[in-house]
Formats: sequence, C-alpha cells, structure tokens
Amino acid sequence: MSSASSRRAILFATIAAAAALAAIAVANRRPAPAALAAAGPIAAPLTPITAAVPPPPPLHDPRDLWVCADPNNMPFSNAKGQGFENRIAKLVADDLGRHLRYFWEPQRRGFVRTTLKAGNCDVVIGVPSAYGPVEATRPYYQSTYVFVSRRGLGLRSFDDPRLSALLIGIQIVGEDYENPPPAQALASRHLSDNVRGFTVYGDYSRAAPQRTVIDAVAAGRIDTAIVWGPLAGYFASRSRVPLDITPVTPSVDRSGLPFAFEISMGVRPGAIAFRAQLDDLIERREPEIQSILRHYGVPLVEGAGQAAS
Amino acid sequence: MYGGRGHRVFSTVLVLACVVLPACSGKTSGTGARSGASAIVPGALPNIRLVADVSRGEWRIPAGDDGNLRYSALDTINTSNAKDLHVVTTFSTGIPNGHEGQPLVFNNTMYVVTPYPNNLIAVDLTNPNGPLKFIYEPHTDPRSVGIACCDVVNRGAAYADGKIIYNLLDAHTVAVDAETGKEVWRARVGDINVGETVTGAPIVVKDKVLVGNSGGELGVRGYVAALDVKSGRELWRAFNTGPDADVKIGPGFHAFYQKDQGKDLGVTSWPSEQWKLGGSTVWGWISYDPETNLIYYGTGNPGVWNPDLRPGDNKWSCSIIARDADSGEAKWAYQVTAHDAWDYDEIMENMLVDMDYGGRMRKLLIHPGRTGFVYVLDRETGELLSAETFEPTNWAMSYDLKTGKPAEDPTKRTRYGVVTQGICPSSTGAKDVIPSAFSPRTGLVYIPAHNTCMDYEGTEANYIAGTPYLGASVKMYVGPGGYQGELVAWDPVRARKMWSVKEDKFPVYSGVLATAGDVVFYGTMDGWFKAIDARTGTELWKFHTSSGIVGNPITYTGPDGKQYVAIYSGIGGWMGAVAFPSISIDDPEAALGVVGAMKDIKKYTAPGSTVYVFGL
Repeated sequence: MSSASSRRAILFATIAAAAALAAIAVANRRPAPAALAAAGPIAAPLTPITAAVPPPPPLHDPRDLWVCADPNNMPFSNAKGQGFENRIAKLVADDLGRHLRYFWEPQRRGFVRTTLKAGNCDVVIGVPSAYGPVEATRPYYQSTYVFVSRRGLGLRSFDDPRLSALLIGIQIVGEDYENPPPAQALASRHLSDNVRGFTVYGDYSRAAPQRTVIDAVAAGRIDTAIVWGPLAGYFASRSRVPLDITPVTPSVDRSGLPFAFEISMGVRPGAIAFRAQLDDLIERREPEIQSILRHYGVPLVEGAGQAAS
Repeated sequence: MYGGRGHRVFSTVLVLACVVLPACSGKTSGTGARSGASAIVPGALPNIRLVADVSRGEWRIPAGDDGNLRYSALDTINTSNAKDLHVVTTFSTGIPNGHEGQPLVFNNTMYVVTPYPNNLIAVDLTNPNGPLKFIYEPHTDPRSVGIACCDVVNRGAAYADGKIIYNLLDAHTVAVDAETGKEVWRARVGDINVGETVTGAPIVVKDKVLVGNSGGELGVRGYVAALDVKSGRELWRAFNTGPDADVKIGPGFHAFYQKDQGKDLGVTSWPSEQWKLGGSTVWGWISYDPETNLIYYGTGNPGVWNPDLRPGDNKWSCSIIARDADSGEAKWAYQVTAHDAWDYDEIMENMLVDMDYGGRMRKLLIHPGRTGFVYVLDRETGELLSAETFEPTNWAMSYDLKTGKPAEDPTKRTRYGVVTQGICPSSTGAKDVIPSAFSPRTGLVYIPAHNTCMDYEGTEANYIAGTPYLGASVKMYVGPGGYQGELVAWDPVRARKMWSVKEDKFPVYSGVLATAGDVVFYGTMDGWFKAIDARTGTELWKFHTSSGIVGNPITYTGPDGKQYVAIYSGIGGWMGAVAFPSISIDDPEAALGVVGAMKDIKKYTAPGSTVYVFGL
C-alpha cells in the first residue's frame, strides 16, 4: 500500500482535483425528476442518485449542445477545456450554432450508459467506430497503438527480439476478460514477465492520470510503453527527455489482433438525423479537425476501414 | 410499528418482562452473540456442536453469529403457524438501489444501512409511530459511484462497543454512536482514486474491526485490515498478493496441500510484478471461531488481466484464508481455483460448525462456492474433506482430495480469440455473495443458488478513458434443466443435495435465514418472500413485496416479546441491476453480460427501497 507520507505528498493534488469535481457537481446540476420529490417521508432528506432512476428527458433547448466528457483525462478532455476533444466539441457547437454545455463524468465502466444513454448529453466526442452501444458517426480519424521509447531504440514490432530483454509498460483496463491489444500480443509471445502494468485510470487525484506510463519511460523505469497513440503523442511531445513514438507494425497482428482503430463521435442509438448532421459536419470541417489532432500530436494512420469490428 | 393504538402501553410492560427472559432480551456479552463456549440450541442434532452462540433476541452482527450460520434460536414462528405471517410494518429507505445486506436489531432499535450514499437509519422499535431515532448521513464521496463495479450496494453493519460500524462505498469505515447517531470515528481504508471501494460488511473481533476491500476489476490489491474499535486507527493490514511479509505468512503458516506451500507464492505465482495489480479482494463475509481465535474469509478473482497475460496460479486469488484474529498472521490458505479464467470469486460465506464427520467430531468450514462446488474443509488445517457440485458445473468435474486440485476440463477455459461455449456456471457463479444458512436442528445448509451458463468470445471494440481496446462478448443464459434459481438443502457430511426448491424464473439472489421453529426464509428476485419447512422444503407461506429481494432475512424479538422477521425489498446488485430502467436489455455490454440471463426481470419488478417486517 501507499505509505501515509506518500499519500500526504499527493494531498495538494487531491484537494485541487476535489475542488474541480465540486465545481463539476454544480455544473452538472439539473432539475431532479418529479418522481423523486414524491418519495416517502424517510426519503425526503436523502440525496437521490441516478443509477436506478429513469433517465431524465432529453434537453430540449435547441440552443445548447450537451457533451459528455471526462473532466480529468488529458489529452482527450478536462474541465478546463484543454483537451483535443474539448476543442473538437467547441468546433462542433460553433458549427451548429449551439451553446456548448458539458456533462462531466469520469470515463469508467458504464460511462455511456450513465451519460449519453441516460439523456444527459447529445454526444460523446470520441468512441471507437465499431463500438456497439452508440450510434457512431463516420470516423473522423484513425490512430494506432504505438511504441514509446527513449530516442534511438526504434522499436516497432512485437517480434523484435530485443523485447525479451526489456521492461514493457502497458495500460490495463478495468473489466473482466478485457484487454488492450498489446497485452494480448505480448502474452501470446510469452513476454508476460516483461510487462509492467499501469491502470488506464491512473491515480485520479492527479492531473492527467494517464501520463504515468509515459513518465515511466522518460524516467527509465521501463524501457518502452505500448499505448494508444493520442496519449503517447501528446505526452511524449511534452517530455523533457526526448521520446520516439512509432506505430505498432504491422497494424494487424498475426492472430488478427488489430492495433489501429477508427474513432467517431457517438450519439444515442436511433438519433439518425443528428448523426447525419454530424457526418456532414465531419466532412465539411475535416481540415480544421485534422489541424486540431495534429496540434495535439495525435499519430494519424491512413487506410480507414481496417479497424476492429 | 407493531400494530395499532394501545400497543405502546403493553410494550412498556413487555420491555420490563424481558429483563428476566433471556430469550427475548438476547443478553449476550461483548460484541454480539458470542459465548466462546459451545452454544446450546434446543433440538440440535447430537452430532453437531456450534462454535459460537447463535442469534437469539437480537441481530447484532451481519450474519447473526460469528460462525456465519444465519440461524436464530427463536421458535415462536414455526411450521404450524408460519401460514399466519403478515406484514406488521414497512418503511422506505429512500434509495432505489440494490438492498443487499440486512438490518441490525439491538436494544429495541433497528439499524438499516442504505446503498450509496450509505445512510444509517435508526428506527426506535418502542415508538414506531414517532420520529426516527436518527438518520446519520456520511456524505459518501459521489465519485465512488462510478467506480463500483456492480451497483452501489452495501452489505450491512456490525454492532460493537456502543457503536454501529460499517463501510462506505468511498472506502472509509465509520463508527456511529448507536444511541445518538453521532459519528465517533471515520477511517480511510482505501483510495477511490485508484479504484478501491468497500461494499462488504465489517465484523468486530474483541477490540478490532476487520474490513476488506472491493475493486478487483480495477487492478487494486486485495487486503483485510484491522482497525481499533475505539479510534478507527489501523492496527494491521494483510494483503492477499505479494511477498509473504505483506501477506502475513510467517512460521505459523501451514498450508495443507503442496500446491499451496512455498515461499512468496503471492509473488512467484505471477509474471513479475503483476501481483501489484493482482485483485484478490475481500468483498464478502468474514467468519470468526472464538475457540481457535481464527478468522476465515475468501478472496476474489485475480486482477486485472485476462488469464493469458498472467500465467501462474495467481495466489492468493480465489482462495480461502485463515488468519489469527489478533495479529492477522496467516494460519493456512487453500486456493480453490488456480489461474482463474471464469471470474469465480470465492468471497462467499464460510460457515463454521463442528460435526461428526467420518466417525469423529471435526471442526468444519463449509463454503458453498461460486464454482458450483460445496467445499467442506477442516478449519484447523485447511484440508479439503469433500467438494461436490450443487448446480450444473462443467469447468471441472471433481476435486482430488489428496492434492486439493480440481479435475478441470481444459476446453472450458476462456482464452483470447477462442470461442468457448457452454461454460457452467457462468461468471456469476452457481451462487454469489448472497449468504446461505445452516440449521443445527437439521444439519443442513440452505444455499441460494443460480443455474446460469455462458458463452465467451473476446472480440468487441470497447473503450475507457478515451482508449480503445478489445472487449469480450460474454453471453449468459439459463443452464441445463431450464430453471434459473434454486434453494438447495445440502447435507455437508454426506456431501449431497437432500432436496431443493426450484425457482424457475430467476436466480435465488437473496440470503437465507434458518430458525429454531424449523422455518427457512428467503426471497426471490421477482419480489416473493417465502417461508419453507426446513426439513422438507414444503412452502408454508409467501408474500409478494414491492420489489425484487436481494437482501438477507433476519429475525428478532420485538419490544412486545413477539418474534418478527425483517427483509429488504429492493432489486439490484450485479444480476439484479438489469431491473433498473437505466440498463437496457438490448445493451449487450450492460451488467457484464448477465442481461441474457435476466432479460425478463423488468416484466416482474422495478427498483424499490422498502424494509418489510412480518409477524404473527
């Protein structure tokens, strides 16, 4: 476990994060469904929660565009609007002539269910195009898992014989049976002993929880990290130690395991008209969207259509 | 609460009468129904000896007794009159989420811990029409809601030292003055920022509060921690993965089987350093044997990878562990399944009882497993005495009692890129955390069971925190025989099912209560609360409550000296969450694939938040 002193060390970060989340709680506040107000006498003073409550009605004010996003997940999004998904959300809202509003929620298991599908927003800016629970727009970029290494190592393949002598950082996700593809590729090559795991959630009390794995490469605690391109591109370009990022090659492993994924915006299932509106927007505003992605160092790969299905 | 006008006068008289009637005052020493010596239960079979006194007039600790038997010596409600049971009162907790766990009753007060936000509601049973005794609101951190894996449940409180002690979803333990509702202390036992939550119920042994964590899906590391009952200060912490020093394995540790022997197995049975994210959490029940001074608990699944990435046994995941209650030092451990590939957490209850086994009295630990097997162990040594299936099971056909290992069917292991069909039981297990009961009068264990199988395929695109990855398609469905649930009456000595009550529509996902009146109580996910004959399974009575039942029944003596039975009615939990409006039965991702087995539940029930009390 963390020692008491190391916990104290992150106290300030925790306080800062807590303050941000308190602001989020206020920002997310919306009228409670009428049914809750009619609960019994014991219920009255208690705080209702949303998990078992019918979804609130969609927001009907046509002047607003509600976006569900993580308030602490750079480089994708944060509550200060600094992520590339924040920038794309702004572009979308402006294009549609709507006022940008956020529903903040950490992107954990059940995110889409408790945000988009619960009627708390109109759109999630970044989801895999093949992600079933949403109505996905046309892809607006394709990126790939990449090797992040200190300059000169030049790793790009899981079959590189040097891997067996290296410490390899990967991120893990929090659901039973489920893995980012590098985990599987390494396991199938009997490299599990070389793996160092970092949770994709990181320590949420810190700003940019996902950067820990990149910092570990820069600090030499691991030799390479194999992570999703957008976070690698962003943090590697801001590292004081020069880092190289190279796409996993080939983009489909010998077992059929894909490393490149197309990314779309996600709207509620059945919101066909809105999806078509966004499809059109993505086509018209492609240069600006690409410009935002390049500005954030997102490794872009060509050949959309090879993503996991 | 107990009847209408005029009863209050009688109540006062009866309260006085109770002073000289041990049966209704429940007078026991220390932290609950605990004597240290063998308890006397009228009508108990001669070959059965209890390790701790059972619940009598009160219900002070989560399982009612340290041995986790969920047996009450009250016998006013019996097989002849159970048909006359009726609702005495109901009240709402105000929180429409899964009501696992059970109330406590102590000093004529009922204490109810709600699901998140984990309020503590105290109802004065002598003044039922008056105001609540108190509501304590801990203001649990709302961020914990998004971290909890499977609804925002709480499995109850324990009474000790004048305090009601329970865990909050945000990984704190609180102690609340039982009379005033004022918080006495609050201890942080985990960190929600790294994915830890706490949903289990604590127990109190002497001066220590014992708690375990949840969050094995998120790469946390499982532990049991001991807190000082007076202050909440942490006294020791024993991890379930990592070096022996962290696991508190020392010279006093003697695993019975060779497979569980060796140095630093919590490190060496993993690829290097993966034990740091090794799960093996403790979100179920903890039992205590005052004679051996050992606590017993089971551990959850190994975190967080799928099995391909963690070659090795992954100790001490999916294990039963015995520890010294004072020091936390491990006495023995038995890993039920090595290298889990099915999510078979073994956090289920360990029921402690001495029985005539093979011609001599043995100290038994009975563990109805998620794997589909009932394990009977010698709780002094960790020797496996029997392991037989209580529901359709095919991941393994049997256990070798000489090695302690299961005879696995390798074709039923899940592997990436391989479609594995017809795995029984499914990841929900043949039972989950919902606890069984044991009656010393019948010698039977009453197991709330599921019959669910699954197909596994790892292919779907998914994402979290902006990162795409490959998910798994897990489809669950009703197992062989076509019934979903079953209340199984199991003879732990003969290692076989004596009879059962089938519940066709849904798993039995409520706890069980056995009483000296030879009545067994349990609930169903479509809202029925039932009383059956403990010897035959014959249904004696049932009542349809307002929501599905995933809580555990208790019984107690009211201020009027009469016996009452209480149960929560509020669907939820992992399987029950499918009843929530926010979970679509068309969403294959929802509730980790249980939707396939539970898709009809919305036709039968909806969220609730009611405490029911029944009497004659």
